[in-house]
Amino acid sequence: MALDQSFVGRAYPPTAPYEVGREKIREFAEAVGDTNPAYTDPEAAKALGHPDVIAPPTFVFSITFKAAGQVVEDPQLGLDYSRVVHGDQKFAYNRPVRAGDRLSVTSTIEAVKSMAGNDILDIRGDVHDESGEHVVTAWTKLVARAAQEA
Amino acid sequence: MAAKISYTDVEVGTELPARSFPVTRATLVRYAGASGDFNPIHWNEKFATEVGLPNVIAHGMFTMAEAIRVVTDWVGDPAAVVEYGVRFTKPVVVPNDDEGALIEVSAKIGAVLDDNKVRVDLTAMSAGQKVLGMSRAVVRLA
Repeated sequence: MALDQSFVGRAYPPTAPYEVGREKIREFAEAVGDTNPAYTDPEAAKALGHPDVIAPPTFVFSITFKAAGQVVEDPQLGLDYSRVVHGDQKFAYNRPVRAGDRLSVTSTIEAVKSMAGNDILDIRGDVHDESGEHVVTAWTKLVARAAQEA
Repeated sequence: MAAKISYTDVEVGTELPARSFPVTRATLVRYAGASGDFNPIHWNEKFATEVGLPNVIAHGMFTMAEAIRVVTDWVGDPAAVVEYGVRFTKPVVVPNDDEGALIEVSAKIGAVLDDNKVRVDLTAMSAGQKVLGMSRAVVRLA
């Protein structure tokens, strides 16, 4: 069933802050095999002009995607998550995420489309720190594949 | 921000050092834990094949994380990346053996922009298939 077009533009309340920890950044960097010292060594990060270790560029997805759960699981929208695949992903950074950040995400539905029976949902996640400074925006395109006719 | 590559040293077509990234089942389990994405298609072969996949596949976000390393290693400071986007075109299929799969990433300057910025166009291949499409990063150089 096609998703309701009237959801375009709907914004969800900001999430409770996610506190970015040095060791969580280290765990993520190690999981992707990235040995850049800016992710693990505060002195190396400071030498690059950062107040503390920074996170790899895609780290913030874990935070924005969790926030997008508000949209994905909105019973009024009625997305069938069991058929969802990740179509596109984009980030635009104002500054890198860094240890000590307390980040809040505001999710907005940017587009709802139906193509060849597939439901396509574009969600924007605007990430701000505790002072209200914009850190990064993430755009996530989810595609719910057409259900097989019984 | 402290990029180690100078804007004046690159032009359209300049190639970045290419890299290959191995991925095994163990890599995916580790990434699942670090990222919080426990979708069973990334670790459970029975589940993956039941939903029509050829085998367990890598997280798309894992592939995205690997591909940008070509850029961040080249430029030095990861904060030089001001935009990064990809399309997930084909899955990286990861067999249950000692070798797993290989993600091969190459990159070149696609456009020289204003304000010391360049657009880097990335290509990510696995088993002869293009696994990322429209894979682009905007990077601010020194």
